[in-house]
Amino acid sequence: MNTFDIFRASTLDGAVAAFRDHGDAMYLSGGMTLVPSMKSGLAAPGLLVDLSAIKGLRGIAREGNMLRIGALTRFSEIIASADVATAIPALGAMAAKVADRHVRNRGTLGGSVANNDPASDFPAAVLALGATMVTDRRRIAAADYFTGLFETALEADEVLAALEFPIPDAAAYAKHAHPASGYAVAGVFVARFGDDWRVGVTGSGEEGVFRLTQAEQALQQGGIKAAEGLNLGELELLDDATFPAAFRAAAIGWLLRDALAQL
Amino acid sequence: MTKPSQPPFTGRTEDRRFLTGAGRFVDDIELGRQAYMALVLSTHAHAEIRGIDTTTAAAMPGVLAVLTGADVLADGLGPVPPFFMPKLWGGPDGYGTLRPILVTDHVRCVGDRVAIVIAETRDEARLAAEAVDIDYAPLPVVTGARAALADDAPRLWADCPTGNLSCTLRLGDAAATAQAFAQAEVTLKRRLISPRVAPSSLEPRACIGVHDAAEDRFTLYTSSQDPHGFRAVIARNVLKIAESRLRVVSPDVGGGFGLKAHMHPEDALVLWAARRVGRPVKWTATRSEALLTDTQGRGQEVEAEIALDRDGTVRGVRVEAWHNLGAYFWGTATPPIFFSLQLIPNTYTIPAVDLTTHAVFTNTAPMSVYRGAGRPEATFVIERLMDEAAAEIGMDPAELRLRNTIAPEAMPFTTPTGMTYDSGDFGGMIRIALDRGDWAGFAARRDAAKGRGRLRGRSITSYVEVAGVMNERMEIRFDPDGALSIIAGTHSHGQGHATVFSQMVADWLSVPLDSIRYVQGDTDTVLIGRGTFAARSSMLGGTALMRAKDALIERAKDMAAIVLEADRAAVEFSDGMLRVTGTNKAIPLTEVAKLYYLPAGPANALGIGLSGAGTAAGKPGAAPNYPNGVILCEVEVDPETGAIVVDRMLALDDVGRVLNSTICEGQIHGGIAQGLGQALLEEVTYDEDGQLTSGSFMDYGLPRAGHMPHIESHLLEVPCTTNPLGVKGIGESGAIGAPVAIVNAILDAVRPLGVGSLDMPVTQVRLWSALRAAEEMRGAA
Repeated sequence: MNTFDIFRASTLDGAVAAFRDHGDAMYLSGGMTLVPSMKSGLAAPGLLVDLSAIKGLRGIAREGNMLRIGALTRFSEIIASADVATAIPALGAMAAKVADRHVRNRGTLGGSVANNDPASDFPAAVLALGATMVTDRRRIAAADYFTGLFETALEADEVLAALEFPIPDAAAYAKHAHPASGYAVAGVFVARFGDDWRVGVTGSGEEGVFRLTQAEQALQQGGIKAAEGLNLGELELLDDATFPAAFRAAAIGWLLRDALAQL
Repeated sequence: MTKPSQPPFTGRTEDRRFLTGAGRFVDDIELGRQAYMALVLSTHAHAEIRGIDTTTAAAMPGVLAVLTGADVLADGLGPVPPFFMPKLWGGPDGYGTLRPILVTDHVRCVGDRVAIVIAETRDEARLAAEAVDIDYAPLPVVTGARAALADDAPRLWADCPTGNLSCTLRLGDAAATAQAFAQAEVTLKRRLISPRVAPSSLEPRACIGVHDAAEDRFTLYTSSQDPHGFRAVIARNVLKIAESRLRVVSPDVGGGFGLKAHMHPEDALVLWAARRVGRPVKWTATRSEALLTDTQGRGQEVEAEIALDRDGTVRGVRVEAWHNLGAYFWGTATPPIFFSLQLIPNTYTIPAVDLTTHAVFTNTAPMSVYRGAGRPEATFVIERLMDEAAAEIGMDPAELRLRNTIAPEAMPFTTPTGMTYDSGDFGGMIRIALDRGDWAGFAARRDAAKGRGRLRGRSITSYVEVAGVMNERMEIRFDPDGALSIIAGTHSHGQGHATVFSQMVADWLSVPLDSIRYVQGDTDTVLIGRGTFAARSSMLGGTALMRAKDALIERAKDMAAIVLEADRAAVEFSDGMLRVTGTNKAIPLTEVAKLYYLPAGPANALGIGLSGAGTAAGKPGAAPNYPNGVILCEVEVDPETGAIVVDRMLALDDVGRVLNSTICEGQIHGGIAQGLGQALLEEVTYDEDGQLTSGSFMDYGLPRAGHMPHIESHLLEVPCTTNPLGVKGIGESGAIGAPVAIVNAILDAVRPLGVGSLDMPVTQVRLWSALRAAEEMRGAA
C-alpha cells in the first residue's frame, strides 16, 4: 500500500474543499471496497477524505411515502432498522445478503451505490424503487445516475449524502451469490407501486445494473404469472468462463420467479 | 469390530491458548531490529530474463538491500533438490530439478522468485519490490500436463533428456491385465480429472531469519510441519553449513495440510538476507502471494478402464495418468505420484492392474503433497469406475462393491500394487453403512424429492488410506522436581498432539496431566523428528512414545532396586509405583525420578537423569497401517438451476484403536470439508498465458459453513496388527473419500437425464451446463 494522508472531515463543505485542494484524493466511507483496492495496488490516492465524522450522513428516517437513508449508514444498521422493516423490508433482506457480517458492520449504503460495482446488490434496489440520490449539491434520479461499470453521474468531487427510496406496495430481492466472493452473479429486485411494476437487475449487465423491461411489461399486462418463461436471450450480459452469459440469463429468470414468489 | 468407549472429552489442552488469541505463531514473533522481506515475483509464466535493474528500488526509503539470483550465486548458495525422488521408493530415476532460491535468467512459472527487497518496514519493502525493473523476453507457455508432452511443446528444462517428462511410474502386470480385458464381458473407459487445488492453510506461510554473527549461527522461525527436514535441506543444500549451525523453530502453526511439509524458497531467503543485512528478517505471505507461490495439491488427468463380468466380478483395471508437476520437482512431490497408483486396487480383490502415470513439467506453480497426497486421486479413479460399471451392468453399486471386497479372513492381503493390508473388515463396514444410512429406504426419499422437483442421488464409497511413513523418535524426560516433558519428534499443527500424547503418558505413568509439558518444533530441543504429515503421528509418534515410556521405566527400575534393596528382576511397575514383587515395598516413580537428579547418591553410579527415548518405524522398510472407511452420501439436485445440496453424509471409519474419539471425528469433519471443497468448489486455474486466474479468495471458492452437511460419523475399531498400540491414522481419511462420494451421488441423481460425466469441481454452473447440454441431446434425439 502506498503512503497517503488522511483527513477526517467534519462538514460536507470541508470534505469537498479538502478533496479539491489535494488533486489526488478519494473519499472514504466504510472502506470495504476502497481499502482492499489500495492494498492490492488498484487504487493509490494521495489523500483519503474520511466522511465518517460528518454529522447527518448517517441514519434512517421515514418521511411520508419515502424512506431516507443516509449515505454513511451501514448495512448492519439497515438490517436492524425498524423503519426499514416496516417500510421496505426487502431492503433489510437485501442488506443481509451483502458479503459477511464483518463487511456488513463496516460497509455503507452510499459506498456501495457511489462505487457502482456491477456485482453489488443495492444498485438493483435503487433502480427498481426509483430512488433519488441526494448529493452535496443536487438531486439525481436513479434513471440518470448509473452510467456504466463503476461509473455514475457523480462528479469527481461530489459526495453522495443520502438516498431517498419511495415506499412501494411490495418489493423483494433474490440473489445468486458467487460461491467465493459472495458478490451477486445475478440479483433481481422487484417492486410494485400500485399497478406499476419495476424490476432492477444487478450482477450480470454488461453495462452494470439495468431494468428488466420485458419483465416489467409482462407483469403490467398479465401479473405475476405473465413473468414466467420470458425470453431473456437478447440481454447484453457479462460473459466469462466461470459464469457464462447463458447461465446468467437463466439465473435472472429463476431469480425473478423467486423474488415474485416472496411478494 | 468394536465401538470405542471413551471417557467424556473435556477439551484439548491447547485450545484455551488458541481460542483466547494467546497462540504464538511466527508472525506474532517480533525480534529487535527486525527488518522485512518483500518478494519480486515473475509476472510471466515462461520467459528469459534479459536484465534486472534494481537501482530505483535500492534508493527508495527504508531499503536495506535488493538481492537477485546473481547475488545468490556470488554468495555460493546452492539450489534445492527434491526432498526425495521416486527412486527412493523403488520407482524410476526421473529428472529432479535443482531450483535456485532466486532464479537468474529463466522464469518457468508466474510467481517464480526473481529478487527480494529487505527494508525497515513491510510497506517500504513492498513498494521497493514494485520498483524492481525486470526485462523479460517471453517464451511460449504450456500449462497442461498432456499438452506439455507434445513434440512442439515449449521445454522447461533444457537438460532434461525426456523433454518435459520427469518420470513415468508403472505398476502392475500389463500382460495379465490385457488378458483380463480380453476375457471380460464388459469393459468401459472414462476420462477423470482431479484438478489442482490450493492447500489454503488459515495461517499463511511465514518465516523469520536470524543470523548470530558472533557464533556464525542461524535461527529460522518458520511455520513448518517438519522443522528437522527444513533444517537438513537448508543447511546441506543452500547454506552448505553443518546442521548444528542452523536452529529451526516451528512454533504454533495454523494448519499445514502438506503445504508446510517441505521448505519453500523464502525459508532460505530470510536466513541469507539476515546474514546480508545483519538484522533479523521477517516475511509473511499475503493471501495473494500464498495462492501464487505455495505448492498446490492434486492436478492429475486419468484415462481409466475397468473390465468386469456381468455378475459383477471385476477382472482388471488399466490406468494411464498424467501428473502436472508444475515448473519444478519440488519438496515431497513423489508420494502423490506413487499413492495415486498404489491405492487404486482399494478394498477390492482386483486380480490384474496395469497402472501408469507420467510426471510432467508445466509452466505452473509446483505440485506437492496436500491432505491425502495421491490417495484421493486413486480413490476417485477406482470409485468412479465402480459406479460407472455398476450403472453399465445394472447392478446396485453397493452390491458390486460387496462382490469384490477383500474378506477379513484374507488378511494380511497383498494387492497387485504391493500394499499389504494387515487388517480391516471392508465388507462389514459397507454393510453397517448401508444399515445406518438406510440404503434400502432411498427409493422413498428419491420419490419424495421428485415431488419437490428435485433429483436425489446416492453413493457408497469405500476407501483405504496408507499411513505411517518414515521412522520417528519420541522422548520422555523427568525434571529434578518430578515433573516431566514429552519431547516430540512429531509436529502438531492442529491435530491435538499436546492433548493426546500427554493423556497417554499420564495414563501409562499415573502422573497428573498438568505435570506433563509437551515440547515440539525446535531442532535445538528435539534430537530428531520427521514432523507430522500423511496421518503418521498416531502410529509412529504413539508407538515411539510407548517405547520411550518402556525405556524410562526400565531405567527407573535400576534406581528402585537400589533404594528398595531388592533384586532388580523383582521390581515391577504398576499404577505409578515401582514395587517389589511379593512384598509391600514400593516407591512412586516421581520419587525415583527425583533421586536421579540428586547431587549425590545412587545417581553417581547409575548416571544422572531419568529419561527414555523410543523409536518406531514405518514405510519404507517397515509396515505402515491402513485406515479405511465408507462414506454414504446423498445429494439433491435442482434440475432447473443445477443447485446441489449435500443432504446426507455418513462416514464410518476404521481407525484401529481410538486414542481420542472427539479429535478423530474432528479430523473426519475437517477432511470431509476439504473433500467437499474439492468436489464442488475448488480449482486452481491458469489461462493460456499461464496467468493465475484464481488468485484470490474472491475467485477461488473455499467451502463455508453453509456448504457443509451434517456429518454423521462413526468410529469402528479393527485393531491394527503392525503396531503395538493397534492404532491407524486418521488425518487424511475424510479428504480421501469425500470428493468421489459427492461426485458419484450427483451423477447418480442426473444420470437418468443423460449426464454421464462431470469434472470436479462440480460447480452449479458446470452442472447446469451439463444438464442443458443433455437436454439438447434429448431434444435432438
